[in-house]
Amino acid sequence: MRVNFTVNGRPQEADDVWEGESLLYVLRERLGLPGSKNACEQGECGSCTVRLDGVPVCSCLVAAGQAEGREVVTVEGLAEYAKQRTEHGGCATDACGTSLDAAKRWQPKGSTDSQTGEGVELAPIQQAFIDAGAVQCGFCTPGLLVAADEMLEQNPNPTDADIREALSGNLCRCTGYEKIMDAVRLAAARQGEAV
Amino acid sequence: MPGKSAPLGTPTKVTQGAKTKGGIGESTLRPDGTLKVTGEFAYSSDMWHEDMLWGQILRSTTAHAEIVSIDTAEALALPGVYAVMTYDDLPTDVKNYGLEIQDTPVLAHGRVRHHGEPVAIVAADHPETARRAAAKIRVEYRDLPVITDEASATAPDAILIHDNRTDHHIGHVDHPNIVHRQPIVRGDVEAARARADFIVTGEYTFGMQDQAFLGPESGLAVPAEDGGVDLYIATQWLHSDLRQIAPVLGLPEDKVRMTLSGVGGAFGGREDLSMQIHACLLALRTGKPVKIVYNRFESFFGHVHRHPAKLTYEHGATKDGKLTHLKARIVLDGGAYASASPAVVGNAASLGAGPYVVDDVDIDCIALYTNNPPCGAMRGFGAVQACFAYEAQMDKLADAVGMDRVEFRRLNAMEQGTLLPTGQAVDSPAPVAELLRRVKAMPLPPEQQWLTAGEAADVRQLPGGLSNTTHGEGVVRGIGYAVGIKNVGFSEGFDDYSTARVRMEVVGGEPVATVHTAMAEVGQGGVTVHAQIARTELGVAQVTIHPADTQVGSAGSTSASRQTYVTGGAVKNSCELVREKVLEVGRRKFGSYHPAWATAELLLEGGKVVTDAGEVLADLVDVLGDESVEVEAEWRHRPTEPFDLRTGQGFGHVQYSFAAHRAVVEVDTELGLVKVIELACAQDVGKALNPLSVVGQIQGGTTQGLGIAVMEEIIVDPKTAKVRNPSFTDYLIPTILDTPTIPVDVLELADAHAPYGLRGIGEAPTLSSTPAVLAAIRNATGLELTKTPVRPEHLTGTA
Amino acid sequence: MDFLRPASWEEALAAKAEHPTAVPIAGGTDVMVEINFDHRRPEYLLDLTRIGDLYEWETGGDSVRLGASVPYTRIMENLRGELPGLALASHTVASPQIRNRGGVGGNLGTASPAGDAHPALLAAGAEVEAESVRGTRLIPIDTFYTGVKRNALAPDELIRAVHIKKADGPQQYSKVGTRNAMVIAVCAFGLALHPQTRTVRTGIGSAAPTPVRAKAAEEFLNAALDEGGFWDNGKIITPSVAKQFADLCAAACNPIDDVRGTASYRRHAVGVMARRTLTWTWESYRGTAAHSEGVA
Repeated sequence: MRVNFTVNGRPQEADDVWEGESLLYVLRERLGLPGSKNACEQGECGSCTVRLDGVPVCSCLVAAGQAEGREVVTVEGLAEYAKQRTEHGGCATDACGTSLDAAKRWQPKGSTDSQTGEGVELAPIQQAFIDAGAVQCGFCTPGLLVAADEMLEQNPNPTDADIREALSGNLCRCTGYEKIMDAVRLAAARQGEAV
Repeated sequence: MPGKSAPLGTPTKVTQGAKTKGGIGESTLRPDGTLKVTGEFAYSSDMWHEDMLWGQILRSTTAHAEIVSIDTAEALALPGVYAVMTYDDLPTDVKNYGLEIQDTPVLAHGRVRHHGEPVAIVAADHPETARRAAAKIRVEYRDLPVITDEASATAPDAILIHDNRTDHHIGHVDHPNIVHRQPIVRGDVEAARARADFIVTGEYTFGMQDQAFLGPESGLAVPAEDGGVDLYIATQWLHSDLRQIAPVLGLPEDKVRMTLSGVGGAFGGREDLSMQIHACLLALRTGKPVKIVYNRFESFFGHVHRHPAKLTYEHGATKDGKLTHLKARIVLDGGAYASASPAVVGNAASLGAGPYVVDDVDIDCIALYTNNPPCGAMRGFGAVQACFAYEAQMDKLADAVGMDRVEFRRLNAMEQGTLLPTGQAVDSPAPVAELLRRVKAMPLPPEQQWLTAGEAADVRQLPGGLSNTTHGEGVVRGIGYAVGIKNVGFSEGFDDYSTARVRMEVVGGEPVATVHTAMAEVGQGGVTVHAQIARTELGVAQVTIHPADTQVGSAGSTSASRQTYVTGGAVKNSCELVREKVLEVGRRKFGSYHPAWATAELLLEGGKVVTDAGEVLADLVDVLGDESVEVEAEWRHRPTEPFDLRTGQGFGHVQYSFAAHRAVVEVDTELGLVKVIELACAQDVGKALNPLSVVGQIQGGTTQGLGIAVMEEIIVDPKTAKVRNPSFTDYLIPTILDTPTIPVDVLELADAHAPYGLRGIGEAPTLSSTPAVLAAIRNATGLELTKTPVRPEHLTGTA
Repeated sequence: MDFLRPASWEEALAAKAEHPTAVPIAGGTDVMVEINFDHRRPEYLLDLTRIGDLYEWETGGDSVRLGASVPYTRIMENLRGELPGLALASHTVASPQIRNRGGVGGNLGTASPAGDAHPALLAAGAEVEAESVRGTRLIPIDTFYTGVKRNALAPDELIRAVHIKKADGPQQYSKVGTRNAMVIAVCAFGLALHPQTRTVRTGIGSAAPTPVRAKAAEEFLNAALDEGGFWDNGKIITPSVAKQFADLCAAACNPIDDVRGTASYRRHAVGVMARRTLTWTWESYRGTAAHSEGVA
């Protein structure tokens, strides 16, 4: 079947989709967006977390056909998404679409230096993960970033318990989560300073 | 297909400020961090190639059976299927592989020995087509009795898991279903026992843990025009894979070109091969690129696990608290194939006494062949199981003697100069007592917060968490301590070397160093450290880390806490050789301008050649000009020797790593649910090359230890030897709500034998974390708890 | 496999009538796992996510009509007052990501004994609004679960909504898992006080082939509360009453040993949860009663 939806502000079309395919598979294998990770395919690890019409979901549990006509934001579009949010004064999720102009500018691969990622503009949560040492193998990172970014959008001053609850659907096997906590606290603090 | 490209290794460039910032000792940031947070870092499962096929493996549905027949006709007839291969299609006489003993069939032949063993492989144009085809392969099994424990394995009439063994361990084991045996005998245990005022014994059971790395096994094999194959793969050791893959394919090693792809964690689970050979076979057979990605279910069958163990310990002590003796028997279940079992036996045996002074020791350790899932390397590698037992014993013994548990350990703690039960002297700092002192001195977390929070108790901070099982009822706090010892690097005479190629040249008007090794970056941060070493040694700001591949010599495995020591040592060594060459060039060009070129100790700093007195002699840009200087060299740590097969005596280990933990838990004693409140760790790291990464390793290792303490276990049915919980629904690893704060106290006592004095750090925290949590739960409940993981039924008498 | 995308409820019913084997999919929590792991290859997938009605709820005089696909997150955020037991249960469902997408209709459709919503629905009292092209019927929750992963739906029926009694007293929900978040129930317990009818209702999850009520325990407690005048005098429930209630709840279980826990543990844990949730709800009731007396 054919599926049309918007990813990171850009209309996308996937053809010959098998009806049992997940949104995750379509993103990774058909649209060249492998940032969302496949680690369990049963909603237990959060590595495939994307925003579907603004809401964080496990893309492995969304049938491709269910994405028809919807808006998806993946880790690849997170920086632009965060930028739009800042420019629009931190608007709420539902009102926070990507402008047509931005959608045209958006590219799936780092536009500055595709080999090192240098010069790429990052969302505050992405920068905080690097700065706090929250990335080791990095496989859980994309899903955590999408989930953490959304949490800070809803709750700019989270307690530690709030952070833990919000990220309890995202497994990490490398860090013991301490540096992830640091990163989210850091992003929240920076966000507070910026306001 | 927007954004698609053929897979390429990704060079990683690291730029730091002037004056050689970003050298060792600084918390420089990961060079791959930006790619990892933007989703653009190419993991092995992200590989894609035009016209690529998908590989699928058909695995045995039974643990032990003869294969009567395999019929692939229906599968082959399915549209979209390009190849179906079984044992009969293997191209050469080499049909087995293995790390040490080549006992693992590439595809089963005549018999399957464990649940989930590969029987046939399929390549098709879509993963669903490949799955449907695999399901159409008809395999007729004739079930055989399963061997699942020591009794069934070593019975006189037991079926042999491997007939006609010819490996080098068969001569010293009592039964062919024992992979390897290592006794460690020192002193006179019987005489020492007579001196003991207190004797405590215990039988301990350690469950089968899974590495549960988040990135499942995956890779892409691309057939090449020269008849060879290019393999993009996530592994821990490229050259070890290569050595096992090439003979099966019938190719010379230089025609199997391997490039490390992004690795989503490893923890020992990628030490053995998984889908490497299968992908290459299908690629060579079909002439098309073949990608294989395990799903989580398959991943539980696709790699070896941590050995489950039964440990029987007897310790004695005098009434003033001194250890008299240790008698121990450790039985590891190696499962159906050898994997790393022999080396795990060596570790468990030689470190079975723990970081304590005990002169009279009799330890016997074996690994079994059974029909259970194969077990091998996992973070801590044999030392983990032993630590669980000897630390439980230390608490029991301290209680028997009537001493404080920490003080008892400190009294018996080893120190520099202590002889291990192997007779080997510990010839670097062994601050066991100091680590215990430090971890005990750390401030305790506030008392039960729900008591002071009144009605507004936050269930998220109580046992049960969001499940709302208690508002404080039945909750008791407990505190426990543990300490452990882990060897660093490969032991027992293994030629444990690494190779580094370092080049220095001027690029864009700046001196740049390029470091090329085959080290598998699996998340640990080796790439960060290599750049730091190059900056420190070569005085450059910019370092390029070349992708790891087999175009350079072996780096050895990313395991045994060894990479910073060994490949870090190799990078340091090659940098030193490059520096000498650069200085030679400098002397040739500028020697006549300044006498210091000939007389002074010269360094490279801040992009310049300087004297040890700080005088600048030349810019590296001018010294190098158009020349590039390159060195590839192997580097070894000091040699070790095998343990004597009867007594276990020998200089077996290179270095040791010590960590101590204090666990604070709250247990809902009625429901048997545990909340770990805090897991404090003190560890000696020798020298923290990157303090941020060091702390990250300690916290990660600590959390894996927590997992085995309270939730993680692969459950194998004892009647069928089948795995009952191969999923993230039923094999649970800690979430962020299960993980406490982990304060870390890092001690830096240099080991004079090691580069920069560093110690391998990755594994030690996984050892002591588990027994500390168990001790804390025992403290809270008063129960003996001899099995890990502790499950609610063990705490409530409802097992 | 065919993917059916009805744009309206009527289209969905027509599709289900035409293809009774079609598997409805909304949040995907159960169905996609079965597809991803090759446990199920339905001939038709019937996507219900385009039907806006299913994502809405109406609060009536004595019940809430909860659309089958209202995500658990919405229930937690918006219906804590009307449906406190279900809101607590919703908070224990899997992860935030799953709660954002999964709804009670999925739990009912799958009818797994481990579904988190069931004990709360049993305790509160509910009716499942099932509909087909043949018409609509309300299935009492007590008769909805017919076996392990089986329910009372006819092949052509879809779940449109659940009518859940609005709380007229305190409700509680507890679930035991071997992890502090994101865990399938080893067993679960829901309890609701109904002061208007002076009754107590319970629900037990994961401790029998289907979700069940502990009816003998309810009857015992109803009688004990009545005899002691507890509803009026607001006294503390005596430990012996609480214990007997807990024992009867444990006795209502018919559990199995599996990888998540032993049968013996499940019985034990249900008893502990029954005692605790009774204490919590009753303390809350006493507080409320005292408060309203003061106001009056």
